[in-house]
Amino acid sequence: MKTIFERPTSDGASSFFPHADAPRPGGEYTIDRELLREFPPRIPTVSEPIVARHYTELSKANFGVDDGFYPLGSCTMKYNPKINEAVAALPGFTDLHPLTDAASAQGILGLLFELTDLLSRMAGMPAVSLQPVAGAHGELTGMFLFKRYFEERGEPERSRVLLPDSAHGTNPASAAAAGFSTTEIPSDERGMVDIDALVPELDETVAGIMLTVPNTLGIFEERILEITEAVHTAGGLCYFDGANLNAFLGRARPGDMGADVFHFNLHKTLSTPHGGGGPGSGPIAVSEPLGEYLPAPRIVFDGGEYRLDWDHPRSIGAVHSFYGNVLVAVKAYVYLLRLGDEGLREVGENAVLNANYLQARLKGLFDLPYDGTCKHEFVLSAQGLPNEISALDVAKRLIDFGVHPPTVYFPLIVREALMIEPTETEGKASLDAFVDRMERIAAEAGSDPELLRSAPHHAQVRRLDQTRAARDLVLTHRIEAPKT
Amino acid sequence: MLAAIGVESLDALFSDIPAAVRERFRPLGLPSRSEMEVAAWLEEMAGANAGSRLVPFLGGGIYDHYVPSVVSSLVSRSEFVTAYTPYQPEVSQGTLTAMFEFQTLICELTGMEIANASLYDGATALAEAAMMAERIRGRGRIAVARTLFPQFRRVLDTYAWGADLSLVELDYDPSGRCEFDNPADELSAVIVQTPNAFGVIESLQGLKRRIGDALLIVSAYPLALGLLEPPGAFGADIVVGEGQSLGLPMGFGGPLLGLFATRKAYLRQMPGRVAGRTVDTEGQVGYVMASQTREQHIRRARATSNICTNSALCALAATIYLSSVGGDGLRSVAKKNLENAHDLAGRIAQIDGFDLAFDGPFFNEFVVRTAEDPDAVRTRLAEGGFLVAPSKGLVALGVENALRIAVTERRTKAELDRFVDVLGGKR
Repeated sequence: MKTIFERPTSDGASSFFPHADAPRPGGEYTIDRELLREFPPRIPTVSEPIVARHYTELSKANFGVDDGFYPLGSCTMKYNPKINEAVAALPGFTDLHPLTDAASAQGILGLLFELTDLLSRMAGMPAVSLQPVAGAHGELTGMFLFKRYFEERGEPERSRVLLPDSAHGTNPASAAAAGFSTTEIPSDERGMVDIDALVPELDETVAGIMLTVPNTLGIFEERILEITEAVHTAGGLCYFDGANLNAFLGRARPGDMGADVFHFNLHKTLSTPHGGGGPGSGPIAVSEPLGEYLPAPRIVFDGGEYRLDWDHPRSIGAVHSFYGNVLVAVKAYVYLLRLGDEGLREVGENAVLNANYLQARLKGLFDLPYDGTCKHEFVLSAQGLPNEISALDVAKRLIDFGVHPPTVYFPLIVREALMIEPTETEGKASLDAFVDRMERIAAEAGSDPELLRSAPHHAQVRRLDQTRAARDLVLTHRIEAPKT
Repeated sequence: MLAAIGVESLDALFSDIPAAVRERFRPLGLPSRSEMEVAAWLEEMAGANAGSRLVPFLGGGIYDHYVPSVVSSLVSRSEFVTAYTPYQPEVSQGTLTAMFEFQTLICELTGMEIANASLYDGATALAEAAMMAERIRGRGRIAVARTLFPQFRRVLDTYAWGADLSLVELDYDPSGRCEFDNPADELSAVIVQTPNAFGVIESLQGLKRRIGDALLIVSAYPLALGLLEPPGAFGADIVVGEGQSLGLPMGFGGPLLGLFATRKAYLRQMPGRVAGRTVDTEGQVGYVMASQTREQHIRRARATSNICTNSALCALAATIYLSSVGGDGLRSVAKKNLENAHDLAGRIAQIDGFDLAFDGPFFNEFVVRTAEDPDAVRTRLAEGGFLVAPSKGLVALGVENALRIAVTERRTKAELDRFVDVLGGKR
């Protein structure tokens, strides 16, 4: 791909902004020359048609949910309804400065207040903060809450967080960023937390546990109540990573399972788009004892008016500049209003139905290390394929068939993992087409392994050399010297 | 489908959720609604934000800049909008190439060697910079200019508490600029923001030398860097900033765009994703995520940051913005901000009862001291259709009876004339 720096430049200045106008009644500016650049930044001036074609070409080298099936496990790549985007682009929302007085922002404050209430009731937990802007940000905020809770209780020695070995990488990283050490708990032969290994760890140095429900194998922890009760009895707290909420929408609530902190991924479960990596939104719901430590400000309704309430002296403070990713929250709110209870329940049902259907159709073809009813996703292994064909080869070959590859090499407890999450927005025809392609790939693994190893053949680029990128780090384009 | 699975009912697929949990479930009491009904309701809610129709002289880190149509049009292409993190580079060359361009542009603006592909916002970028400096120097103490935007300071305070890092404050002088008189030998870093919370441009000349081997972290306003000498030219070790000024709407404060640039020598300690150039099996140039061994999905508890999802689409908007306006265009829009602000400041200073609070150089916002109650002034301005930030933010910084006023390229001569009239009490 060419970068914008390799496109033809134009001589004329851009005409986005008006030229200098009449004399200035307040006087001309004076500013010390040593504060100013000698030359403008070396950013080429490119005409608007060239810019439009360049970024349109880049967009065509991308694969989004609108381009085809995107069974990227743990990422819940469901269709993103267009109404969400249209509403979030209304000037009444976009043209609002965050320091606008509450009285002039009643619409958005009301929306955020209502979304807070809906999320709180979806979680079955009494308080919610919309401030975290990503799942990992919610985790970090949750870990800050753990820390504050034990500080206030005079138990600073509780400095250890337990995690199953199937946890997302963000979990241990978030715990560490809040100053906790981490201890890994092995999974049992069914892919669930090994309670016999967990219980001996529950001493007075443990702050709590971080769980993903259902876990990253797509398996619901059947003994979830025993786990959370054991942690609570030992004086610890339970963090629930909500990346997989799609699996039990409309059927269960984390608050009823013993969660003390639960993060939502609005950019997964509630259909807001991922934007090639963000912006997301990761609101957290918390149990009663943690409510007073939530980030400030909080949005309150005093009968007549919505306002921002900063008066939370025991709060951990702020984790974002303002009130979180407000425009993302608007999209999630639209999604919830559209679905209602019935729609939410259908989402969960179809997500689980689709995953189990694919699992049933594919398990004879690929190794399924943890067999049983899955929730919204399941994990195959490429290990049994002939000619040492890897999960990566399967993934790259899928690209040739117009399918986005599944998540590969995660969770770490499955070798050659292919983690597949179809989501509820795929129909049976789409799932069957995927099965056909996987059958063909399994056959090619035996008949034409080189075809797989050299895939993809029909993408914008062939397989890219990751090793070279790591060895000869080139992280910026070399821009030519300034014009003089 | 149920037959293929081998179950009789959908309910059977949920029997692994404990019955006690399922029984406690309560619905929201929310009906399903048509798109048309929801659209109408949301338009009403959008309309209930009177602030979006008033003329903002609000700043403090978020500004009312013009966003060319080409930016919003291209950034809304669904191949960009509906893609995930580019884990599979062969189908993500659009996102990855744009990340590489973004990194290049941010390096050029800040005068630094490397930049990441974005963090959440300017506040978390600053907090991450402090954490990174502490990993590099490990002295447990960082000096912070008192004149950070309050939202930056609030987030920094939270992260620093979480990491048991202590912060010492550097006061400002009568010009509104930071005073650097702390002993430098026990510090991991010194943090300064320019222009600062008073709008005053800090003097960075010679600062790096005065702080010894503490890292110099500068939070900068990227649009102003079209005109101002970049922090890298003054020896900054880490430059962060809020990127909203580069083609993003204000959006009631989110989503935003965290900028993060540093020296190449510190790459291994840098938080966040980064794209790198490579080739495919046929020698064709392409882009991949590089230096991933720093990141949480590989390094887990020992990662340089827990960040995964960032502000990719906002970074794309900034990339398209900068590519569209070019270096000359950025300088001209920055100059327009400077001219508008100085014009207005000069005229306000001529009104009885109003004075500029600081004599340091400023870019597009400044602090005005008022003889009358600043909140009464605000009310008068609001009645005239103008928004100005509450005075309490300045009070917290030790400046009484004052208002901060921001002026962007969007403010017309007619708006400035009227603003001056209303401020001076003319109806």
